[in-house]
Amino acid sequence: MSELINLLRKNGNETPENIAKILNKSLEDVKNEINELEQKGVIKAYQAIINEEMLDQSLVTTVIEVKVIPEHEGGFDRIAQRISKYSEVESLFLMSGTFDLLVFIKGKTMHEAAKFVSEKLATMSGVTSTATHFMMKTYKLNGIEMYSGDKDERLKISP
Amino acid sequence: MKDSKSLHNKVAKIIQEIPRSGIRDFFDIVSTREDVISLGIGEPDFITPWRIRDAAYRSLDYGKTSYTSNMGSISLRNEVSKYVNSRTNVLYNPEDEILITVGVSEGLDLAIRSFIEPGDEVLYHEPSYVSYNPIIKFAHGVPVAIDTKKENNFKITREQLDKLKTKKTKLLLLNYPNNPTGSTLSKSEVEIIADFAISNNIIVITDEIYSDLTYDQNHFSIISVPEMRERTIYLHGLSKAWAMTGWRVGFAAGPKLFIESMMKIHQYTMLCAPVMCQEAAKEALKNGDVDLQRMKAEYNQRRNFIKSSLKEMNISFIEPTGAFYIFIDISKFGLSSKEFSIKLLEQKNVAVVPGTAFGDAGEGFIRCSYATSLEEIKKAMVKLKEFIKSFK
Repeated sequence: MSELINLLRKNGNETPENIAKILNKSLEDVKNEINELEQKGVIKAYQAIINEEMLDQSLVTTVIEVKVIPEHEGGFDRIAQRISKYSEVESLFLMSGTFDLLVFIKGKTMHEAAKFVSEKLATMSGVTSTATHFMMKTYKLNGIEMYSGDKDERLKISP
Repeated sequence: MKDSKSLHNKVAKIIQEIPRSGIRDFFDIVSTREDVISLGIGEPDFITPWRIRDAAYRSLDYGKTSYTSNMGSISLRNEVSKYVNSRTNVLYNPEDEILITVGVSEGLDLAIRSFIEPGDEVLYHEPSYVSYNPIIKFAHGVPVAIDTKKENNFKITREQLDKLKTKKTKLLLLNYPNNPTGSTLSKSEVEIIADFAISNNIIVITDEIYSDLTYDQNHFSIISVPEMRERTIYLHGLSKAWAMTGWRVGFAAGPKLFIESMMKIHQYTMLCAPVMCQEAAKEALKNGDVDLQRMKAEYNQRRNFIKSSLKEMNISFIEPTGAFYIFIDISKFGLSSKEFSIKLLEQKNVAVVPGTAFGDAGEGFIRCSYATSLEEIKKAMVKLKEFIKSFK
């Protein structure tokens, strides 16, 4: 099962036919396993990895460190869920260390992001402070190097 | 004109008589074309793992730019000794039983030159790596090819050994896991060969460069057979398992007398392997197992993929149990392996190596390497399928 997950982690677009060949399993078994992973929610979705810089209208990613006061019942979960409901929020993690939540948001401009932080996030009850960082360049995303110019320079035939 | 002929004759006869390698001819054809999908490459597609490259950078940072001991740096020899012991349970003294060479190619040359006197015979099995036959000839030895057969999965048989052995047979050269056939030997098959060597007092040189790349069972080395350590030179290196072909680091392990003999040639012709490459090799042996396992797992997935694809096409092949090659039987298509390879290249732009590049015993086969990305292999299999349709 984990080998199959690793294949899909690398290439979510891989066909069940190919996976069956690579893992030396029957097509039916592979289809069942994928189906089960999807049903259980282990596989939540399949997405493309985009090189934003190559788009005409690329999106600005902002990373915000957020300190919050955990609630008496529900701890960090309830406030985290409230923040994640905003469509601007792309990813949200609970962290150890000097802050509590790490929020990734995507917007068209820095201004849009700043507005979200000052109007929505910082004013939310339970949030005690925020620190906002703008992401300047992506070198590697989900294991994919964005600027890798690695070419196969081996001789085309060798003993 | 007369002059140029007389100069031509200055070149040693032994060199004049050795033909260009068949693989070289084929390379020339392939290199005239663009966007070739190549399954013809005998080296890993991976770049040397970062921790190993980083170790080389650091060695330069620390100013390690001098000669090492002729035997190779003692810290690397210590790692080699531990590594060989972990794989074979055989212990070699790093002080005088291990020699660091410039790739297995040098080790092989040293080993053969250490034993051969003009006219001595060397048994080796074909199809084989392209340099065995010429290296034996350069040393004024007589290469005696054992033509391994499809029906034996290209493994040597005892009958063949007994038949080809003469009073002049001094060496037996082994290469399993095998390039080009992907064949490996089981423990009992190794023991049969060992028994032949012992009962006929023959020295064995075993090229085990692919020994970490076996997929169905662990490799069993002939040095692990009792009484074989004393009559065997074990050759191995970093090129394949750690994707370090360009670094040129190999090693030889054997009894002190043999290693000292090889060392005599090595110290006068090579001095030592490059120091920064030795540092990189040390890192690979010490901490590189995780990288080796990662690459091997990927080779195995590609191997599975090719096998299933060929089965779907109803093409038979030698069960690929080691290295990163699959030897495919194309005899039913009615073309020689060279004709098949050229047609496949011309019509589908897919490069493979004709089996005959590795000796006549490879006729009827092509060698495909799966040391190439899965994406390329997928494309190649689609093209191969289209290609064989034209034969029906």
